[in-house]
Amino acid sequence: MKLLDFLKGERKKSASVAKERLQIIVAHQRSQRDQPDYMPMLERELLEVIRRYVQVDQDAININLDRDEDCSVLELNVTLPRS
Amino acid sequence: MAKIIVVTSGKGGVGKTTSAAAIATGLALRGNKTIVIDFDVGLRNLDLVMGCERRVVYDLVNVIQGEAGLNQAMIRDKRVDNLHILPASQTRDKEALTSEGIEQVLDELVKDFDYILCDSPAGIEQGAQLAMYYADAAVVVTNPEVSSVRDSDRILGLLASKTRRAERGQDPVKEHLLITRYNPTRVDDGDMLNLEDIREILAIDLIGLIPESEAVLRSSNQGIPVTHDQSSDAGQAYTDTVSRLLGEDVPLRFHEYQKKGLFSRMFGGGRR
Repeated sequence: MKLLDFLKGERKKSASVAKERLQIIVAHQRSQRDQPDYMPMLERELLEVIRRYVQVDQDAININLDRDEDCSVLELNVTLPRS
Repeated sequence: MAKIIVVTSGKGGVGKTTSAAAIATGLALRGNKTIVIDFDVGLRNLDLVMGCERRVVYDLVNVIQGEAGLNQAMIRDKRVDNLHILPASQTRDKEALTSEGIEQVLDELVKDFDYILCDSPAGIEQGAQLAMYYADAAVVVTNPEVSSVRDSDRILGLLASKTRRAERGQDPVKEHLLITRYNPTRVDDGDMLNLEDIREILAIDLIGLIPESEAVLRSSNQGIPVTHDQSSDAGQAYTDTVSRLLGEDVPLRFHEYQKKGLFSRMFGGGRR
């Protein structure tokens, strides 16, 4: 059976596709797990403000909160289109 | 002092109630005084799976609202001596469960029992959060399927932040993975996530693996938790799971694909 699959040039097994997709989505979920509840809202509103001046896409904005012992750093990266 | 264990999953239909009933039965059969509480207000089903649906008089919401005492609402299991069931209410008012009310009920039960199992509703709303809030340990029921694994990860996030233990900075809720509906034949074919993959993605310890089994439907049809069917693979797998919950080191079974021999191919093999 395995040999037959090989000869037919069998497509990638669906379980390994599932595993790869899950690894990506779970890593994403975990990166958001520790962030405060207001982050998605903050991200949306910042995007709105920026869009008043420059037209950028949803994925052109990258917001990140790094926590150290006694302070947190809010990092905001916006990729502006070439003008 | 009882240990409080929540049986949860995020996704619906993965076997939470079946597992809560089977594990509670197994714990009681091993001599532990056990109660299993249905937190699914509005959609109670634990009573059906436990086979006591016609004996429900009062429920969890009645107790919380002071309309009945705990002893009036608790149902004594017909088959196992030290097993009790506290059914959920059929009321549509989901606000009927309050955090203070649940705390009072659990404080009372903790004195009398060895194990308190909380059968969580699906989702991540108030009912599910209340079911997990007071837990010492969690059994996260997961099917080898993408949406179930993803939802389990969401639940793990809540267990780490929205529980009493997390809020008080105590030892975290002990997380256990229970994989249900596992089909070794499909895993072997490459069409089902294997248990190592699931364990790797969720990164928690495996407490049990329940094979996909005809015995599960058969037992819920009859209202007899599958743990009582010790001739079945699922019944034995739940018994193993209970042993591991009690701290015993039991090897994993039913996870390997068994090639059918000539004999079983000719005569249909054993009972599943």
